[in-house]
Amino acid sequence: MTALLDGLRVIEITGDDVWGASAAAHAARILADLGADVVKVEPPGGDLVRAVPPFLHDRAGADRGLLWIALNANKRGVRLDLPRERDRLRSLLSSADVLVQAREVVDATTAASWSPSLVVASVTPYGLTGPLAGVPASDLEVTASSGALALAGEPERAPVRTTLPQSPFWSGMYAAMGALFALAARAATRRGQEVDVSGQASMVTVHPPACVHWDVAKEEHRRLGAFLIGRSIVGARFRNIWECADGHVSFAIQGGPIGRHTGRMLASWMGERGFTAPRFTATGWDAFDNRTLTQEQVDALEREVAAFFRTITKREFFAGVIERNMLGYPVADASDVYADAQLRAREFWQDTPVDGTTLPFPGGFALFDGERPRLRRGPPRLGEHDVEVLGAVTA
Amino acid sequence: MTAALEGTRVVEFGWAAAGPLVGTYLAQHGADVIHVESSTALDPFRSTYPPFRDNVVGPDRAGMFAFYNAGKRGVTLDLKQPRAVELALRLVRAADVVIESFPAGTLARRGLGHDALRRARADLVILSSCNQGQTGPHAQHPGYGSQLTALAGFNELLGEPDRTPVILYGPYIDYIAVGYGVIAILAALERHRRTGDGCIIDLSQYEAGLQFLAPALLEHAANGTVPTRDANHDRVAVPHGVYPTPADDGWVALSVWSDEEWAQFRVALGDPEWSRDPGLATAAGRRAREAELDDRIAEWTRMRSRDETVATLRTRGIRAAAVESVGELFDDPQLAHRGVWRRAKHAGLGEVGLMAPPFALSETPARADRAGPTLGEHNEAVFKGLLGLGADEYASLAADGVFA
Repeated sequence: MTALLDGLRVIEITGDDVWGASAAAHAARILADLGADVVKVEPPGGDLVRAVPPFLHDRAGADRGLLWIALNANKRGVRLDLPRERDRLRSLLSSADVLVQAREVVDATTAASWSPSLVVASVTPYGLTGPLAGVPASDLEVTASSGALALAGEPERAPVRTTLPQSPFWSGMYAAMGALFALAARAATRRGQEVDVSGQASMVTVHPPACVHWDVAKEEHRRLGAFLIGRSIVGARFRNIWECADGHVSFAIQGGPIGRHTGRMLASWMGERGFTAPRFTATGWDAFDNRTLTQEQVDALEREVAAFFRTITKREFFAGVIERNMLGYPVADASDVYADAQLRAREFWQDTPVDGTTLPFPGGFALFDGERPRLRRGPPRLGEHDVEVLGAVTA
Repeated sequence: MTAALEGTRVVEFGWAAAGPLVGTYLAQHGADVIHVESSTALDPFRSTYPPFRDNVVGPDRAGMFAFYNAGKRGVTLDLKQPRAVELALRLVRAADVVIESFPAGTLARRGLGHDALRRARADLVILSSCNQGQTGPHAQHPGYGSQLTALAGFNELLGEPDRTPVILYGPYIDYIAVGYGVIAILAALERHRRTGDGCIIDLSQYEAGLQFLAPALLEHAANGTVPTRDANHDRVAVPHGVYPTPADDGWVALSVWSDEEWAQFRVALGDPEWSRDPGLATAAGRRAREAELDDRIAEWTRMRSRDETVATLRTRGIRAAAVESVGELFDDPQLAHRGVWRRAKHAGLGEVGLMAPPFALSETPARADRAGPTLGEHNEAVFKGLLGLGADEYASLAADGVFA
């Protein structure tokens, strides 16, 4: 079977800050993983993401940034000195289907005059128009502007963001999605169009229930540390991260068929271990309704659960929930993820050459007709494909 | 211009967030999405998850379902009955795409496995999205996104060092899987246009989520380190943080990405004595004294309103933004300009707020003006109109509980 996007040509123009360059790179990486031929355009000095730490083998170097390596596998790379070499860019775009850019290097009008069938996806912190168009922002500010930051952290402390910046991934994902919708439209019209992605709006999509609660109940959700909100009609919150013997696990007391099954299973697990949890084991799980429990009742159940979890390890917890088909997972770190049996069974990891070594990359995001697309190459060296790509393009 | 997916029909067997929201994106771009559900085993977003109108539980009073299924038609089928399965397959025959999001094997036990679906229509695009994928030792394990987010490693990376990790509000990873699910379907449709081939997509929500963690995973693989949470610190920018303002729970986010920006930052602060310290002129110097720096900056942000701080810093080209609460998003001028918030009528809820996609298409814009269906709202339109059941046949099937 041919790759889904086999034959599709994508040009990515990198950005001039870490946020934009990362977001555009992720968008193009997704299209590359689906089989598109992606050519990344960098300034003569190279994409600044190349030198963002941490580094491969902890040795600083322009091509050794692991963010760069992660975001740019499966691509070819060329250097263009823009705007001086704009004619060459135009030639490059004449055979392309999609342009992904981190700022408006080529506006939609120009693109349409150059190549009417070109889809132009721009991914910027706030979008191309509106009061904040052109205002620079990094992951922290984009996340702050979206409500997502206010929803993460402990109530009496400062909000926190995910230590690995997330908004470039979200924004890049939506840029790829928008470009694919535009390609679907093009099939009927033969014409491209502009795809204007806002990082801020992208991050609003990570917490729809908070928006629904505000809209329907005028109830404003705020950060509650390790606790889930919005599962109760009497306002109770439920713990979702717990200490265990050697780290943390994620679990919540829930209703519904699977939640009730989980409660029953946990009660019997406690029993097998000879663990005393009078309230939890006396709970009628067959009719359990998490929606109407008072906070006091929730707290009482959770005290017993907390004491039980402190007696088991992450590994025991994981094996236990799988065996009992109950809800819950350990709070994994990167070493746990690499050790995960499910990922190994599905051959998720793909050894990919990088700078004289090989690294086990996360593989493609899905299996298509039973096959996971292979990573075809590591990230390009600076100017690696100048001759191969630009040689065919006359300025 | 017509919508991007005009003429594409989608049949969806899914529940909660990760499956149904995929269909919503397709519906917003013109696909006829038919959501198949059961009135006897209700979607948790109709039954278990608030908010409900006036806080009274009811399947047509559920805000979550109306939001997560915007733009679709909705039918009910009791798939435990063979005649319901037969109708489902007739729907599939009329469709280009099938979305399902139950634990692996669930639909197959009802006679709606991949083979049966492909027999109904050979060139179908099928998205199976579940927690851990269709194969492997954990394929059948049920799970919710709020916990799967932890398994992927997101929570390890969120919070302050030496404190309990915090949560990403809800089923964060589900929305990543939604995005990749839509992308996979669109790419498969692109190939279908070219080759006529269908595609079976096996999407593990876990694996989809790991795409967003690739740099941290590679860091472990390459260097043996185990990346963990580091509050609001950044690997490049310094200072980089969230600082208090005079308002209750008011915060401002700001970051300085170069020594040139540091010089501008000092000007914005009014060039205070402490900031002239040459030791702070370089990133390395600032990083060595980051805690002290954060205290100084907090002293400054505490003395003026959040909006004034943001405006002052932006004037100097410094990245800064208010930490907006959820309620504030609905008054945010930039989001309003982009038309992110939409409203739609709903028989059970009166009116509901909907969200447009975060990308604006210039020629085929998304529509987000239809809320999710009430339970069984389109049974007649779909089974009589689309499948052509006669009135007597429909009534007889209804009497037998096939549409339950």
